[in-house]
Amino acid sequence: MKPSSEPIFWMLFGGGGMLSALIGPVLILVTGILVPFGLLLPQDTMSYDRMLAFAQHPLAKLAVLVVISLFMFHGCHRTLHSLHDLGVHTGTGAKVAFYGVATLATLLTAGLLLVIGF
Amino acid sequence: MPIDTTTRTIEIECLRYDPQTDTEPHFSSYQVPFSDDMSVLEGLQYIKDQLDGSLTFRWSCRMAICGSCGQEVNGVPVLSCHTFLRDYFPHKLRIEPLNNFPIIRDLVIDQNDFLDKLESVKPYLVTKLEKPLAAGPHLQTPQQLNRYYAYSQCINCLLCYAACPQYGLNSDFTGPAALALLHRYNADSRDQGWQVRAEVINADAGVWGCTLVGYCSEVCPKAVDPAHAINQNKVNSAMDFFGVLKLMNKGGTE
Repeated sequence: MKPSSEPIFWMLFGGGGMLSALIGPVLILVTGILVPFGLLLPQDTMSYDRMLAFAQHPLAKLAVLVVISLFMFHGCHRTLHSLHDLGVHTGTGAKVAFYGVATLATLLTAGLLLVIGF
Repeated sequence: MPIDTTTRTIEIECLRYDPQTDTEPHFSSYQVPFSDDMSVLEGLQYIKDQLDGSLTFRWSCRMAICGSCGQEVNGVPVLSCHTFLRDYFPHKLRIEPLNNFPIIRDLVIDQNDFLDKLESVKPYLVTKLEKPLAAGPHLQTPQQLNRYYAYSQCINCLLCYAACPQYGLNSDFTGPAALALLHRYNADSRDQGWQVRAEVINADAGVWGCTLVGYCSEVCPKAVDPAHAINQNKVNSAMDFFGVLKLMNKGGTE
């Protein structure tokens, strides 16, 4: 029996799960509810200029990349395995497609973060 | 609560299959008188002794330790000696052989696939050096014992395999009980067998065949918690994959 390549994806899945459990709800609360409704925080907290300045900081770039990438790997892995649980036969093609989407999202995010400059 | 000794009658529907005469399984229904203290196994024994001597099922100890009498009762894997007729009355019971295994006859399943898997995990202490008798016993602290004790309680009843959707979808999966027993030895301070069991653990059909549904742990009559054993070993297997176990110079889970 050859060793499974699953540890790579499982670690990305686990990292994404940990991160989403820790900061997912807070991110939704802040960016989806508090700021748009002007509760506790002024409505222009997430104005274009502020967000651009935020995303131009190297540490913020790293944070944004890690959050988007790990969330994507977590979601794709979970969905792929849930399909299997539901009896949908998922072979190598599905693996390539699902992890491909997560990889693509990671690369796109990294690219965009570089394009907007420092 | 005082025991109700009055006799009531309950309907038991059994799956019947004789490969020599039947092309496919069918159900036979029996009316079984029972008292409050009667187990489902005793109900089956009543059918065999009084109603139909051809009904075939496995049993031995009657006290939830031999692991022989696992059956599906109303679709839930249980030990029939550990389940009472009174809990189903006034409804009927439908008794079937354990899910996910080939039927030999009636309620008797073919366990060979599990026995091969059990052998593959080397469920015994593997040590690098044989300790001479003169060196005395292997001492263990209560903490070291606790690390594997729960997993050593497995009675190989196969309820967890009947409950496992992954084993149902792909019987190559090493499965809950065998992986829990694998962990029972890897987690033992006297054992140095991580390397010889690594091939089984690290394979797609090893711990990575599990998606942590957790039903195995729910149906386990001995509270072994195979799902937890497997999940702990996903961490170990991942550490092995990335070479961390070697760096830590560990034979397994210390």
